[in-house]
Amino acid sequence: MEILNNPSPPKETCAGCTPADFASDQEVRWCPGCGDYSILAQTKKVLAKLGIPRSKIVFVSGIGCSSRFPYYLNTYGFHSIHGRAPTIATGLKLARPDLDVWITTGDGDALSIGGNHLLHTLRRNPNLKILLFNNRIYGLTKGQYSPTSLKGAKTKSSPMGSLDTPIRPMSFALGCGATFAARSIAVDTRHLEYVLERAAKHVGTSLVEIYQNCVIFNDGAFNYATEKDLKPDTLVYLEHGKPLIFGKNRDKAIGLNNRLQPQVVNVSDTKPADLLVHDEREATPAVSFLLSNLTQPDFPEPMGVFRAVEQDSFDAMVHAQIAQARAQRGQADLQAMLDGSESWIVQ
Amino acid sequence: MDRTVLGVDFAAGQPRWVDRAQDEITKKPMVKLPCVTIRFAGDSGDGMQLTGTQFSDTSALAGNDISTMPDYPSEIRAPAGTLAGVSGYQIQFSSSDIFTPGDEVDTLVAMNPAALRANLKSVRAGGTVIVNEDAFTAVDLKKAGYDNNPIEGDSIGGNRLVKVPIDRLNAEALKSSGLTAKQIDRCKNFFTLGLLCWLYDRPLEPTLKYITAKFGKKSPPLAMANSVVLKAGHDYGENAELFPVQYFVAKAKLPPGRYRKLTGNEAIALGLVTAARLAGKDLFYGSYPITPATDILHNLAELKHAGVVTFQAEDEIAAIGSAIGASFGGAIAVTGTSGPGVALKSEAIGLAVMTELPLVIVNVQRGGPSTGLPTKTEQADLLQAVLGRNGECPLPVIAATSPADCFNAAVEACTIAVRYMTPVMLLSDGYIANSAEPWLIPDARSMPKIEIAHPTAGNNGDVFQPYRRNEDGARPWAVPGTAGLEHRIGGLEKQDGDGTISYDPANHEKMVGLRAAKVAGIRPAGAAFYWTGLEHGDVLIVGWGGTHGAIKAATLDLRKHGAAVSACQVRYLNPFPQRLGELLARFKTVLVPELNLGQLALLLRAQYGIKTVSLTKVRGQPFTISEIIAAAKTHLPVQLKSLVA
Repeated sequence: MEILNNPSPPKETCAGCTPADFASDQEVRWCPGCGDYSILAQTKKVLAKLGIPRSKIVFVSGIGCSSRFPYYLNTYGFHSIHGRAPTIATGLKLARPDLDVWITTGDGDALSIGGNHLLHTLRRNPNLKILLFNNRIYGLTKGQYSPTSLKGAKTKSSPMGSLDTPIRPMSFALGCGATFAARSIAVDTRHLEYVLERAAKHVGTSLVEIYQNCVIFNDGAFNYATEKDLKPDTLVYLEHGKPLIFGKNRDKAIGLNNRLQPQVVNVSDTKPADLLVHDEREATPAVSFLLSNLTQPDFPEPMGVFRAVEQDSFDAMVHAQIAQARAQRGQADLQAMLDGSESWIVQ
Repeated sequence: MDRTVLGVDFAAGQPRWVDRAQDEITKKPMVKLPCVTIRFAGDSGDGMQLTGTQFSDTSALAGNDISTMPDYPSEIRAPAGTLAGVSGYQIQFSSSDIFTPGDEVDTLVAMNPAALRANLKSVRAGGTVIVNEDAFTAVDLKKAGYDNNPIEGDSIGGNRLVKVPIDRLNAEALKSSGLTAKQIDRCKNFFTLGLLCWLYDRPLEPTLKYITAKFGKKSPPLAMANSVVLKAGHDYGENAELFPVQYFVAKAKLPPGRYRKLTGNEAIALGLVTAARLAGKDLFYGSYPITPATDILHNLAELKHAGVVTFQAEDEIAAIGSAIGASFGGAIAVTGTSGPGVALKSEAIGLAVMTELPLVIVNVQRGGPSTGLPTKTEQADLLQAVLGRNGECPLPVIAATSPADCFNAAVEACTIAVRYMTPVMLLSDGYIANSAEPWLIPDARSMPKIEIAHPTAGNNGDVFQPYRRNEDGARPWAVPGTAGLEHRIGGLEKQDGDGTISYDPANHEKMVGLRAAKVAGIRPAGAAFYWTGLEHGDVLIVGWGGTHGAIKAATLDLRKHGAAVSACQVRYLNPFPQRLGELLARFKTVLVPELNLGQLALLLRAQYGIKTVSLTKVRGQPFTISEIIAAAKTHLPVQLKSLVA
């Protein structure tokens, strides 16, 4: 059975759209200084570039600060219930493969209450774009530790420090077989725009983790990754086909030791062949998973596209089966269905 | 020329038949019966469900009215020979209208001691018990808890006992088949079926056709073996002195037309796909496997050529979430489950109420609470359906009353959902879901279309207001892809009309009222109730759901004996039918039989302030007709009580 992925929606009616064309009439009500503003702005830029009519775009969300997102776009939107956005988006995409369906979610929504749905969505690979705003805190409920809060995080519900080991969203996604997994940071507008555009154009499920500062309940959580003088050493930017070089002087890189464990190496002391070269199209997610394990303070944290592979999308396969059934059995006739295979006549 | 089977010669690829002249065939006397109830019982691996289904199909094709009831354990294969592993299938077939699978069994077929022990009490006094005597070994007797062999005499518990060495006769017929002993043993249910087909004068052809379809391509030797033992069982009945007479049940006088046999779950699947067709839409069915609702998913998964999308979700919540998403996208969206699944879906049902999207939630009820009795029937989810959500969260509730009625109820549920933009709860139960009856197939051309008008332009001048209501209180169903109608919906309270988020106290009170008024004003899309008898009298039996057959049969019987008893089977449980209160007031006693502790009675008292008498049963089994009659009798005037059987 040959699967044809659903073609991109037509571009004619939104050519020349600007980001402002995607703003709704609703007042944006995130806290001043919230990282969500930047995500909204970059998303509008990307939507304007895609050329898809607003009426063909749907944003689905769950519950949390991130999930207010659909109200601020003048596309179709569905602000649903906690953790369940992937289920609604999957049903919508199966019923309407012609639509461009996005999900906005947060670390609590996606990885705690909605963890099961995220797992199954990623393994099925429907054509959905998932933006996961990670602020490592429950914001809307006013400051409890979340599944991505660091161990020891002191919050209102963990006054002596959180005992939970945090989940790494990229590791989770790659473990589920995500066909597109990427990470960016809200304040790095150019990088975020680049990653969002890549995600938008991926066929299948794309998951983008976005580091996002909560100014009220977890302010400064990502300072290590945003301060100008720190980030050259704390982040490493992933580029397909290139070694993972970082540092103020671009003199450090990631290599593997003889037990296949990652290590930071000096570029000048290392043969080019021993530097780990990033391949986002690798068939297995093994090396991407390894990269997703790199965390501060021992390693720089990778930013960019961890994995981008081509696979048939779930919605395309579902509709291919329907087409195949119709080809084999013909269009179903209602009377024939009602009659069934065994019937008899009473005179 | 008739032929009898001598055995099977697989080397020759042929059964060995002997042709017989007509005068050689010993015709036994034929006794005509108005109706018969048979129960097949055996180990869960003995193929009793298949035997029962084939016998039912044959009887339906022969023109009888039929009603069937499978009764099986939740374990797929409980330890062989134990009481826990007994699987049964009851069928009543009749020359007149019947409404239940029969209160008491005329003929029990017990394939082993455990099956006998578990089912003997259901046999009527003076009935017949046919046992597979080869299975009454010391080991199996012990497993069934018998200290002594109960089949030593020629009667058992006042019933005629017929001992048939089924294992040996079956093995003898297949001795040269080349099949393994295990394979041969697995054919014995067809021997049994053949014997019963002879006893009740049923043709073998439908089963032979079934065997060919089922095994013909996959395993020709098995197909031949099953055909041979089916005929061997038939011949045994004809020749053995154990069976002095043959019985027959004449054709029933059913309304003319084309019929098929349908279970409740099959009828729901067919009803849903029919509704989608009548609405000119594709059907989306999101579900998670759960007994006894899973067959709906199986049936719909076979209908991909009808554009049906079935989605086996990761859990109950994802199942309803996907259906809500599909509904937002403009599909006829349905999720199906049983009570525990409804519990998990409750929050999402609230979302569908709040977003006012059309959705059908099918609950095939089973024994509860919690995991309860997965394979047994109960009606204890009525209050959950009507009230079981957070907040003021009303939705219409429709209950199907019989296997065939599931078809109508499914079409009606979809009709109401799209007309009023609301989730609808459709209640079935394990009994009607798995039971089968003949169904008069409707003419597709005569079924009314389900009208849906998706807006394409603003409804307030140029502006589109997603929560501006029509005269039914329904909001417009604007689907994504419609240019100019982009809007956002969600679980937060909405501003009346424009649908933006609103925390205004007065608006919330207004919206709660509007949602309640919309549901309260729903007009039925089919019969609001089924009525039996006159609209006044001594006793009104008020039921809902799958108890209809027993209640109707009991009521007809009581009326035949002169009792002023009527029955009302309520199909629309929220809102209640308009005339219900007035009708209830016309009877001295309102008797409410339910397979729960009195949930409908509670709602009736709350709504109408009347007195009710409850007849409750929570044994995982449906009501018998006699249970309803006995309860009704106690409320009849003294002089009538003795008249009624």
